[in-house]
Amino acid sequence: MGLEIFNTFILLLLVVVALVALRVRDLLTASVVFGVYSFLMCLLWAEMGAVDVAFTEATVGAGISTVVMIATIFNLKRKSSD
Amino acid sequence: MKNLSLIPVLIVGALLVYAAQDFPEWGSPNSPASQSPVSSHFIANTGVDTEVPNMVTAVLADYRGFDTMFETVVVFIAGMAVLAILKKSGKKNPRKREFEVDAEPDLIVTNTVRLLVPVIQIFSFYVLAHGHVSPGGGFQGGVVMGASFILIALSWDLDTALARFPLDRCTVVAGLGIILYAGIGLLSMFLGGEFLDYAELANILPVSREMARYHAMLGVEIGVGLTVTAIMFSLYANLSTEGRLKGGL
Repeated sequence: MGLEIFNTFILLLLVVVALVALRVRDLLTASVVFGVYSFLMCLLWAEMGAVDVAFTEATVGAGISTVVMIATIFNLKRKSSD
Repeated sequence: MKNLSLIPVLIVGALLVYAAQDFPEWGSPNSPASQSPVSSHFIANTGVDTEVPNMVTAVLADYRGFDTMFETVVVFIAGMAVLAILKKSGKKNPRKREFEVDAEPDLIVTNTVRLLVPVIQIFSFYVLAHGHVSPGGGFQGGVVMGASFILIALSWDLDTALARFPLDRCTVVAGLGIILYAGIGLLSMFLGGEFLDYAELANILPVSREMARYHAMLGVEIGVGLTVTAIMFSLYANLSTEGRLKGGL
């Protein structure tokens, strides 16, 4: 029962975070929200027992790719007008 | 138009939710993944064949070693592609960006990072070397190691990090990792087995055939770790400065 509540909470949060990442106008915020998304996925993998995948998701998804995206955003000249 | 495109999205979404009902229960013994002879073979034989307790590492580095080798090559090619594309733009506009400011590295940040980086690097070695027994392995260890250099670059500036790990050395280390992986594969081929058939290494190592596979897996994980470390750092160094390799983020 406890696990089901945990899963439901994480999955709902995933949907919310995904929508926020799509709707937010600032690219920097969007990439940080992507990092949050990856970390939630990492929690789900760990909960399912796929600890190796969770580890990779935490290091690559939440760590390196967020840093690389932010590094790239700082070099963009045009701001999105959408 | 925006509302019109919503219709196929909703239809596909509804189809996906409908199809998801056919999925087996989570962890069900009747699911196709649990019933296939492949997974039961690995579960029964990994410990006997290779003495490695972590099945995931054994499958990735031994049973599916060819696949993992070319995954490492893909990482290498990605890093080289970024290098090749951004090298030109770095030479074309070597000046600073207009909003870039010359700020001293923050005292609190740099001293915290000074404490953190050795711990992160030792942890990455642990993840790499202990990947047979616990979750982890070459890829994760390499990424953590690369992240420690990125942390140095973030808290001081890129020049400080590049003084510790120059970019031309990055390229050499990345290549060395793949050579180490392929070299272990070729060595087992010369010893009479097939490519990446680590058991043949027992001919030159003073261990049994099972333990030879165990140790060769550590060797290839180190190769993966070297490549991933170097490529992750060079990716950051090139992308954060558009190939100029100077200044902070």
